[in-house]
Order: sequence, then structure tokens, then C-alpha cells
Amino acid sequence: MIQLEEVSKRFKRQVVLDRVSLDVLEGATTVILGPSGVGKTVLLKIMAGLIKPDQGRVFYDGRRIGFGRFADNRQMTGGLGYVFQGGALLDSLTVAENVGLVLEETTRLGRDEVQRRTAEALTRVGMAEHADLYPRALSGGMTRLVAIARALVADPRYLFFDEPTTGLDPAVSGRICTMIRGLRDQGKRAQVVVTHDLAAACLLADHTYMLRGAKLVRADNARKEDYEPAGA
Amino acid sequence: MVSIITAPIDYLAFLVRCLSGSPDPRRTWPRFLAQLWSHGVGALPVIVITSAFIGLTTAVQTSYQLMGVVPKYFVGMGVGRLVLIELAPVLTGFIVAGRSASAMAAELGAMRVSEQIDALEVMGVDPYRYLCLPRILASSIGLPVLVVVTEVVAVFTALVISSAMLRIPAQVFTYGVTHFFMLRDFTGGIVKAGLFGLLIGSSGCYFGFNVQGGAAGVGRATTQAVVLSAVLILSVDFVIALIFFNT
Repeated sequence: MIQLEEVSKRFKRQVVLDRVSLDVLEGATTVILGPSGVGKTVLLKIMAGLIKPDQGRVFYDGRRIGFGRFADNRQMTGGLGYVFQGGALLDSLTVAENVGLVLEETTRLGRDEVQRRTAEALTRVGMAEHADLYPRALSGGMTRLVAIARALVADPRYLFFDEPTTGLDPAVSGRICTMIRGLRDQGKRAQVVVTHDLAAACLLADHTYMLRGAKLVRADNARKEDYEPAGA
Repeated sequence: MVSIITAPIDYLAFLVRCLSGSPDPRRTWPRFLAQLWSHGVGALPVIVITSAFIGLTTAVQTSYQLMGVVPKYFVGMGVGRLVLIELAPVLTGFIVAGRSASAMAAELGAMRVSEQIDALEVMGVDPYRYLCLPRILASSIGLPVLVVVTEVVAVFTALVISSAMLRIPAQVFTYGVTHFFMLRDFTGGIVKAGLFGLLIGSSGCYFGFNVQGGAAGVGRATTQAVVLSAVLILSVDFVIALIFFNT
């Protein structure tokens, strides 16, 4: 379980998160809704140990994670899977190398086993035939699918999705939603999705929260007008 | 936010972070070789061209200052020692700083902006070991080798122009170079080069790693990396001069 305890963050004068607390449960998908620019990605990055909060603490299974240059949270986060909004694939590596990187770098698996698992992950997202392409040759949807394969390949306990459906056509968007739901059903993995896409949120969420005015509130029956300004 | 007061501490902490921990040679070695190729071998053409002109200019100016005052072999001595002690390490350092520190800052900066470094961190891949260590090692080891190339090419072109245009026979010039050669001149220059390489690699990685603010931030980082490298090269040059060459 991931626990956020009274987490606050401000950038210059703007308060982005104000004493936010959250429990992310295993075997469920927690969705954090909110309009663009409200601080959802900041919250997710704090949860992943990438951004240091001004106040508050983050725990993985009761163990507090650290922040900053010398922090090493690998033992606690246990190989976090994180699907970034833009994919964040390493542009000097091919699709297959991107997906296999985490296995190459953090395990002692042999090359054959790494290749087998990489191929398996790419097949799972339907990108096996694009294994030798470089990220610059991929469309936005394909990049997102490869990013999901990369996040899944090491079979992480925690999976974070940052706007997984934003900017994608309905077909790919639907495919990704189905995939995320399928992953939730497979095991005890804890999934966190941040999105401003209400339809995707309704489809995916076991628990829904809304980030509004730097506060996180429970919003299991959220409506579009609850978080978007009138006329938006 | 890193201020001008905390920046040196932050830079040192970054350097310590890059060089500490397990280097994991099996994984670092191939990336080190790739960086050595890019920042060492890739720099050879420009190094050869510039060092040829360093040799030519130094020979002409040394001759201008010494001819008629001291025996002709002093031109060989002057060129040789000047190149070994000062010109080769410092000018090669500047060229590599302009070429490699900026490239490292731009490359890592673009990776930071596009969240690739964040992606490495969350995957449990140490980005300091994966990205910075091979670059810093490559510049620290590559620069001394490039300095030796500069020394050889510069002294050779100085020899050629001295015998062809300055009326100094090749034997006389060579006598000046070899008779007054001191191992300390050479080792001092190489030690300098190694330190300059460390500073160039680390400043390029530091500014690239800490980019903020998109494309404009990447541009700022490349400029800062080159400026800091140049300032550190001259500062460390002075310290090494005090240690190695202070009579």
C-alpha cells in the first residue's frame, strides 16, 4: 500500500498541493481526476519519489521513501512501473531496447531471457512487430503502448499512469483503458491513474479522487462540471 | 532552487554522487567506450587541425622573441616546454569543453525535459551511473590522450616551420626540444588534462541533469556548462602550476 501523509507542494507563490493525504490500495485502480495544470502530475511524481514535497511524507508498505540526489528507494518501490504522459522513451534506444532496459540494468537475467520477456511484453501491447524501430518513428499512441510495455516488463507491484488516454484517438484510447482494466484484474497490483478524461476515469476507477484548489477530495460520482470551469 | 552560494556545494554533491556507488563495470564499460568514441575519437580532426596551428604560431612567436638574443636551439626548448606545460592541456581543454561539455549538457538536458531521466529513476536504473559516469570517465581519460596528440602535432609543425621558414635547422630545433625536456613538464600537463577532463565531463552532465524550463533551459545549460568548464580549467591550471612548477 502507498500512503501519502499531509503532502504539500508549492511552486513560487502557487500552492499546488495543500496537505494532501491518500491511501493507494493494492488490487485496485485509484484515479485522480482534475483539469489540466492543477497538479495531478506533481502529485504522481511525489508519490514516485521524483519530486520532493515541501511538507509531508510518502510511505510504501509502511516504509518512508526519501527524496533528492542520494535517496535510493528501489528497495521500497520494488521496481515501479510508470507510464509518462509523453512516453519518455529513451530516444537513443530501439523499442525493444527501451522495454528490455529495466531487465538489463536491474536484474541478472541472461540476454535470452531478457529478449524473451521483452518480446512477451511487446506482444501484450501489440507492438511486437515494431521492436526494431526508434521512438522518433512512432506515433503518439504507439509511444504510449511501448511505454506501457516498458512499465509492465518487470512485473511491478505498483503501476502509475499519467494521462494515459490524452491526445489519442478513441480506438487507441479504448484499447489502453481495456488494458489497464485487465491489469487490475490480474493480481494484487496497485494502480494509480491521473487524468482529466472523465470517461476514462469512470471506466477505470475503483476509487476516484479529485484534485481541486490544491486539495484532494473523494469523488466517486464525479461529473465533468465538477472540475471544469463552465464553458470549458 | 540552487543559489549562487549553494551551487558549488550542489555541484560537488553531484560529482560525488556520480563517482560513488558501484560502477558495475559489466554495464558501464560498453557505454564508456561509446562515449570515449564520441568525445575522444570524434574530437581528433579538430584537435589535429588546431594543434597544427598552435605549433606554427608558437614557433613563429618564440623565434620572434628569442632570435638574436639567445642561441637558436632555445626556440626548440621554448616551443617544447610551452606546448607540454601550458598550451596543449589548456587549449585542448578549451576545445573539448566547447565541443563535449555543450553536447553533454544539451543531450542530458533534452532527456531531462522529456522525462527520460525521470523514467530511468522510477525504473530503478541509476541515472548517475547510466548517463553521467560513462561521460565523466570518457572525458577524464580521453582528454589526456588528446593532449598527447596535440603535443606531438604541435611540436612537429613547429619543427617544420622552423626549418622551412625561420632558418633554424631541424637538428638544432630537435636538440632544443630534447635536451631541455623534463619529465615533470609532461606529467604535469597530463595530470592537468585528466583534471580538466573530469571538470568538463562533470560540468556538462551537471548542467544537463539539472535543466529546468524546456528548450530555453537546455540552451542556458549548454552555455553554463562551457563557461564553467573554461573558468574551472583556468583556475585548476593555476593550482597545478603552483603544485608542479613552483620553484
